[in-house]
Amino acid sequence: RGVPYQTVTLIHQSMVKRLPEHVQVDDPAVVKRLAKKLERQQIPLRSDYGYKVSLFSHLHQYSRKAPLTQLLSIPSTVIHPSIVRLGLQYSQGIVAGSNARSVALLHAFKQVIRDYTTPPNEELSRDLVNKLKPYISFLNQCRPLSASMGNAIKYIKKEISNIPSQCKEEEAKTKLLTCIDRYIEEKIVLAAKAISKYAIEKISDGDVILVYGYSSLVNNILCEAFEKSRKFRVIVVDSRPRLEGREALRRLVQRGISCTYVLISALSYILPEVSKVFLGAHALLANGYVMSRVGTSQIALVARTYNVPVLVCCETYKFCERVQTDSFVSNELDDPDDLMVTRKGKTQLENWQDVSSLGLLNLVYDVTPPDFVDLVITDLGMIPCTSVPVVLRVKNLDQ
Amino acid sequence: MPGADKEADLTERIEAFLADLKRGGCGTGPIRGSGETARETTALLRKVTAQARWSSAGDLMEIIRKEGRRMTAAQPSETTVGNMVLRVLKIIREEYARSRGSSEETDQQESLHKLLTSGGLSDENFRQHYVHLKANVIEAINELLTELEGTTDNIAMQALEHIHSNEVIMTVGRSRTVEAFLKDAARKRKFHVIVAECAPFCQGHEMATNLSKASIETTVIADAAIFAVMSRVNKVIIGTQTVLANGGLRAVNGTHTVALAARHHSTPLIVCAPMFKLSPQVVITTVVRNRIILSKVNVHCPVFDYVPPELITLFISNIGGNAPSYIYRLMSELYHPEDHDL
Repeated sequence: RGVPYQTVTLIHQSMVKRLPEHVQVDDPAVVKRLAKKLERQQIPLRSDYGYKVSLFSHLHQYSRKAPLTQLLSIPSTVIHPSIVRLGLQYSQGIVAGSNARSVALLHAFKQVIRDYTTPPNEELSRDLVNKLKPYISFLNQCRPLSASMGNAIKYIKKEISNIPSQCKEEEAKTKLLTCIDRYIEEKIVLAAKAISKYAIEKISDGDVILVYGYSSLVNNILCEAFEKSRKFRVIVVDSRPRLEGREALRRLVQRGISCTYVLISALSYILPEVSKVFLGAHALLANGYVMSRVGTSQIALVARTYNVPVLVCCETYKFCERVQTDSFVSNELDDPDDLMVTRKGKTQLENWQDVSSLGLLNLVYDVTPPDFVDLVITDLGMIPCTSVPVVLRVKNLDQ
Repeated sequence: MPGADKEADLTERIEAFLADLKRGGCGTGPIRGSGETARETTALLRKVTAQARWSSAGDLMEIIRKEGRRMTAAQPSETTVGNMVLRVLKIIREEYARSRGSSEETDQQESLHKLLTSGGLSDENFRQHYVHLKANVIEAINELLTELEGTTDNIAMQALEHIHSNEVIMTVGRSRTVEAFLKDAARKRKFHVIVAECAPFCQGHEMATNLSKASIETTVIADAAIFAVMSRVNKVIIGTQTVLANGGLRAVNGTHTVALAARHHSTPLIVCAPMFKLSPQVVITTVVRNRIILSKVNVHCPVFDYVPPELITLFISNIGGNAPSYIYRLMSELYHPEDHDL
């Protein structure tokens, strides 16, 4: 009876973390500190672009036309070429989606480890971690790290520091490579299979399922359900400026699933037909909020009004100890030029930079409150949104 | 013969107007705003009254109804045309009643007593001929035209009563009324406007450029970010295509989402709509453009949204501010119940 003393200390191990730099752009002291750190690591500093809306002056806003690699000397002596390539793929949006980004990151790190040689008088466990730091800063400059990538990096650093000092280099490297492979296999691939298994129980014949944008996990679930001969049709909701839903639509139609395509403004029109909403997540925060692509909270809101169940599918490695209540304090601002569009031969916002009182806002993420979400399907089972801190604690205890 | 010429000219005008209506289909953005449509309709009806051959009020009403049916059939989604026809019909009834000498109150009022005692049917058949009826009707239509010309200014004049300084206002798509409203307030107050672009036609972009040229601090956001930024918005001010008889709206695609997000954050939703947009319809048929691309994909592109009256806080029209629960009363003052089905 009562909580034993040991478990109480374990709860307090997760202290309040220091605020990350990328949400303190309005603080000149922090910006100067970052510039000094990057100079030490010989990584160029990326400059902000365009007029920033005052509500978001604490975030970075970069232009896709000015990638960080333009400021690097190629071949770079400091940064491994696979990391340079990865950074470019992130900043140009070629690799997008939290699972894809994490897997690409882990593969790039595997290449780094393969090419690594311990310098004399250094220990692998300490030196490799120091070698990874400038790479992580570089990738952060190209595009702010996602929660899943953060968790993956934490795992790798822990594995590296746990290498015993008497271990030979070849043995240590093979051990690390197998660790990474196992992480990808367990946390991403097998987790996807487990989530599909649970989710397919929730799909019945005759369902009309609404999905938003492109979530690799949700697409996986729908394709597997279709293989298992469930009869359903899918409504793909898409939004400007990314229009990721088109990719999801293409893949679903290729499998033979009958689909409908609408833009997010047509949501109230299409929702009376829908029986379930399946959403993917970028991260699940410790206070139960779901951080996902911008527009997800809108879909959950309107679905709640029409009494349509909302199911979020998320692997446990995306669970994050941060807390957030709105989409302002921590977000990502994408290239504002993406909002420009040409209709009837005229681009209204062509010279938006010249007009001083006009700003374009291209948000990437938003947070959905837990009362809009009915169920979260994870590889550990089906849980309500509010059980996220429980899962985090269980994971911390395991580790 | 001058009479025949005038008639030919009149039919030509009507045909040109119908062709214009058919062409200016909704969704791609009307070629003309609804205010212009209302004025043109009224001017055309005035011409019909002046030039068509009729001897009694009943004849005139029949002619106007016929033309009205043709005009609404040309473009069913442009409800201002039908509304103006109903206004003119009501004018004719009023002028007829005035000529007859009876006060409008006793004739028009649908009191419970009248319904029960007179058996419900009005035995008025509008057959009597009055000499000055034509001139009176034309004068009344001229008054209606002056009212129509001043609607946007009347609404814009009320702007300072509703916008305080350092507010964040959200609007959707492009509405000339809201643009004038905000520009009028910006002459004396400083505030920030967030415009949702309203894909796929992105009329919001034009609205944003116009507002920023008037030195209003403007931000353009994608439709997907409406709920995300709503927590910092103080008021939502929108325009609409039609105001329905129950106080609901038929507005541009995406407005229902904005209304729901505003209700969730308890943000007031203000609709700037001139009186000529008030329509006696309650049932709406959504206008949708469907295309089938790839053999298994349907694409839906609805043009309008229905917004129920409980999500709306206030209507601002050229006659002042009203709650949505009062709209049915305003409607009974503008249109006669027997005309509701053209």
